[in-house]
Formats: sequence, structure tokens, C-alpha cells
Amino acid sequence: MIDFVRNVRLWFAPEQVREEGSTPDYRFSLANERTFLAWLRTALALIGGGFAVDQFLPDLRWGWRVGLALALLAAGVLCSLRAVNHWVRCERAMRRGEDLPTSRFPALLGVVVAVVAVAMVVVVLAGWEG
Amino acid sequence: MSRGEAGTGREAGAGSGSGAGGTSRHGTTGDRDPGLQPERTRLAWRRTTLAGTVAAVLAVRAALHGGPSSASIVACAVCCALWVAFLLVAQRRILALARTARPAPLPARQATAAALCAVALAVCAAALVV
Repeated sequence: MIDFVRNVRLWFAPEQVREEGSTPDYRFSLANERTFLAWLRTALALIGGGFAVDQFLPDLRWGWRVGLALALLAAGVLCSLRAVNHWVRCERAMRRGEDLPTSRFPALLGVVVAVVAVAMVVVVLAGWEG
Repeated sequence: MSRGEAGTGREAGAGSGSGAGGTSRHGTTGDRDPGLQPERTRLAWRRTTLAGTVAAVLAVRAALHGGPSSASIVACAVCCALWVAFLLVAQRRILALARTARPAPLPARQATAAALCAVALAVCAAALVV
């Protein structure tokens, strides 16, 4: 947790990242940037999915609709915050010449998306019958 | 690095279209990355702006769905402002990437700004859904 707070400080203080270690090959930095952007797109897609659940499933009960939409939106928020955090950690690891950080987040996000998808299928089928 | 600086003038002209053409025209692979990393990164930013546009369009649709009210117009304006802010960040980075053959790493502030735009859009979405 303390580590996370220190990382958050780095988000806003780029010069602190640059003080450590040496500048890596620019191609590695660009690859890291593209990974960050891919995660940001994932976050935006989840947020778009949250809007879509709210608008394109209007026959659902209010609780289910809002619950699913909020789950997707929360996943989008987590995903985008984690995107910056992971980007900063990778950038620092590359400057210091350390191994890149490992992460449980992709597995977690996969499980959450699968659960939301199953819930949507169940809810939509139940909604049609009812 | 100095090679990248020397290529600045030429690269600026070839910035938007002729990715692979630059190599053969100058007869060297030295001043342009054969892996086209800056181009790929630029296109990744473009894709991300497209994803952001889809999310923003869904947001505006959600805001105006229930008929115009003062709250929905404010939400709509906030979503449009976030979209424009994200476009500005992306455009700055795209221009920076197109300027040299050896672009500097992404500044942490731009990464944070882009991610915070996504987070703010999600918060806006949550306010609209509930």
C-alpha cells in the first residue's frame, strides 16, 4: 500500500522517475507506452460497456441494470488507474535495470469480465422469459 | 541521440504518411527505426482516441436520453470536455512522436492525464446511471 502511494506521487512528478538509473533504449519505452495505451483502451471499452448495459437493456430490473453497469464502470476505473501505475513501475524497472514487475491484475480482470458476461447472459435470458 | 536530432528536419515532413518509404528513399536504415516503433505508438494513440470517442458518444447518448434537463446538459458538457481534453493529450503526444526518429519517453504527466480522463468519464457515467 505504501508502495502504491509512492507510485502515485511518481505519476505527477516525471522528473523523479528520470532521476533514477539510466535512460533505456527508446524502443523499450515506446513498447511500454503502447502497453499502457492498450490497457487504457480496455478501460475505455469497459466504461463504454457500462453505458451500453444501462442504455440497451432498458427492460431489466433497475437493480440488475445498475449493478451490472456499475460493475463494468468500476472495472474500467481500476483498469485505467492500474494502467498508469503499471506503466510507472515498468518505466522505473527499466531505468534501474531490474526485472519487469509481475501482476495478478490481468487474471483478476479476466475473471471479473467472465463473471459479468455470465451474469448478463443469465439476466437477459431471465428477462426474456419473465 | 544526436542522430535523432540530425534527422529532425527530414522526419517532420514525412511524419504522417510514408512510413516504410523513408528508409528506401534515404538509402539508410540508420535514421529510421526499421521496426517503425514511433509510427506504431502513434497509431496506438489514434486507436485509443477512437475508443475514447465511442465511450464519449455513448455518454452523450445516455445524458440526453431522458430528455434535456439541466443535470443532463451539465453531464453532457462534462463528458464532451473530457473527450476534448483526452484528444489534446493524444494530439500533443502524436506530434511529439512524429517530430523525431528517436522520440523521448512519454512524460508521466501525460499518462496520468489520459488515465484520469478515463476515470472522470467513468465517474460521470456512474452519476448518470444511478
